[in-house]
Amino acid sequence: MKPQIAATGNGLANETILSVNNIEVVFNEVILVLRGLNLKVARGKITALLGTNGAGKSTTLKAITNLLATEDGEVTRGTITYEDDDVTEIGPEALVRKGIFLVMEGRGILQDMTVIENLRLGAYSRPNAKINEEIEQVFKYFPRLKERTGLAGYLSGGEQQMLAIGRALMAKPKLILMDEPSMGLSPLLVKEVFRIIKRLNKELGISILLVEQNANMALHVADDGYIMENGKIVLDGTAEELMANEDVKEFYLGGGGERRSFKDIKSYKRRKRWL
Amino acid sequence: MGHVPNPRPAGDFRTSYVDDNRMFKTHFEKYAALGILVAVMIAAPFLGNYWVSQLIVIGIYAIAAIGLNILVGTTGQISLGHGAFFGFGAFASAWLATSFNVPTLISMPAAALLTTAVGMIFGVPAARIKGLYLAIATLASQFILEDFFARADWFSGGVYGALADRPDIFGYVLDTDLSYFYLVLFWLVLSVIGVTNLLRSRDGRALVAVRDHYLSAEVMGVNLTKYRILSFGISSFFAGLAGALFGHYLEYVSVEGFTILLSIQFLAMIIIGGLGSVYGSILGAAFILLLPQLMESITSVMAVAFPAMESGKAYVKQMSIGAAIILFLIFEPEGLVHRWQQIRASWKLFPFSR
Repeated sequence: MKPQIAATGNGLANETILSVNNIEVVFNEVILVLRGLNLKVARGKITALLGTNGAGKSTTLKAITNLLATEDGEVTRGTITYEDDDVTEIGPEALVRKGIFLVMEGRGILQDMTVIENLRLGAYSRPNAKINEEIEQVFKYFPRLKERTGLAGYLSGGEQQMLAIGRALMAKPKLILMDEPSMGLSPLLVKEVFRIIKRLNKELGISILLVEQNANMALHVADDGYIMENGKIVLDGTAEELMANEDVKEFYLGGGGERRSFKDIKSYKRRKRWL
Repeated sequence: MGHVPNPRPAGDFRTSYVDDNRMFKTHFEKYAALGILVAVMIAAPFLGNYWVSQLIVIGIYAIAAIGLNILVGTTGQISLGHGAFFGFGAFASAWLATSFNVPTLISMPAAALLTTAVGMIFGVPAARIKGLYLAIATLASQFILEDFFARADWFSGGVYGALADRPDIFGYVLDTDLSYFYLVLFWLVLSVIGVTNLLRSRDGRALVAVRDHYLSAEVMGVNLTKYRILSFGISSFFAGLAGALFGHYLEYVSVEGFTILLSIQFLAMIIIGGLGSVYGSILGAAFILLLPQLMESITSVMAVAFPAMESGKAYVKQMSIGAAIILFLIFEPEGLVHRWQQIRASWKLFPFSR
């Protein structure tokens, strides 16, 4: 029997819930997108995965959840392990039953359904759930969703994002993968969403892999961080370490380091190569 | 519940999430539906044979349309072979009744189950393909089944067709149109209740999710392949049931009756009625069947005024269906049901509505 570990136990920070080992993803059998990516998500922690557009963040999530097939991509090398099981080949709907839930980029809520129907659908993988009680639980985190009785398509962007996260909670996952929860939201709403993400992590002990463009916000709520470029991880560490790192400050957080002029553009290029 | 039902729609709102998920959203809807049902049942004996036979055919087509609506409206797939499944139900029921002496009342649902199996087999390509490609794949089912009807003498009687007796209930034969009408109405009501309940269940939500956002459905744990094929099965069930009712109504099933034209008519019914709406399917079926007759009476009147039109009467009738579909696609793509909802909304807000 596996040792029972409290999800938020501080002493066991290194226990890994998900590990991605050296995966390589190829699209259309020719386009190499991920080239040997390594990643670990600690149990009960928030792990941020940062990077610029086109770095391969979303592809990483699709590789984990096995959604690549719909885009003609495949994992050609490496393995993905979740709680000591190899899940490299396991389809998305089976992963939900194992406890991994993906909150998709652009939310992916069902516009023609009401808020409540969306939430009920979130519990699809648990047919015997006490859905009504759990919906109330979700409303505790997202009180403003309770006021919305119409179709989900009429919600504002922020509310839709909250619904997408609430829907994930209905599946009672152990690990939530979030693809850009801040997309298209105003700075205040971004703050609110991230505050809720942090609460979910602390109060429910859900491990979270957070894929973000907004490095500043993401590193503030995260425990660990990875920075990816060009299909591989170029830097990793705890969130504090990353926030203190000069390169990260300069390229992702803005501000940090000494002010540079255009003359230094060459050194920018050179310095960017961490590995 | 101690709540006095309000006869008017005003003030009778959905007020909770539980209400939202009910079969009838408001009391008014519930009593309106029951009222129409009772009115039709009481009125039927006074309508005369012609209108009763019209109602029977509308009811039968409505059952088939409800089935197709699950496939097209709810799950977002397409089938050009619904007419052939309808025919398969008719032949299967006649075959069960004549070859195995199965009582007709049992052979009808049994035929529906057989059609479900056939539909799921032909639905297998849907697991992989979508849109136009799926349309062509289902076209194949139409032609394969049509050919099967013509050649499988043991099953369908081949080109001679098959005889299908009227059902009897403990010795009482439903040989009048009126008695048969009540049988059709019984199945129609059962279909409406069944499908409405399906749509508000876990499986119904999964079907809608497959239509609206299949990736999202997949990451929530919905097995796409299963539901795509299942929706073919469910829609074929109703096609088979309707076909069986049709066969035993005409008492003779002929090979020529189930061409692609019928399949397209079914599609027209649900588009005009309203995709994804159960009541829309019924309205659409009524519309498609009554429109040609309406056009015929209009053209007859016009032919009196313009004798030159006499020769064109037949064309006008056919063309009107095509025109209706085009007009609906342009002006009311959400169908008759949507138009009805708008009329209702404008009543509710009367002095302030446009």
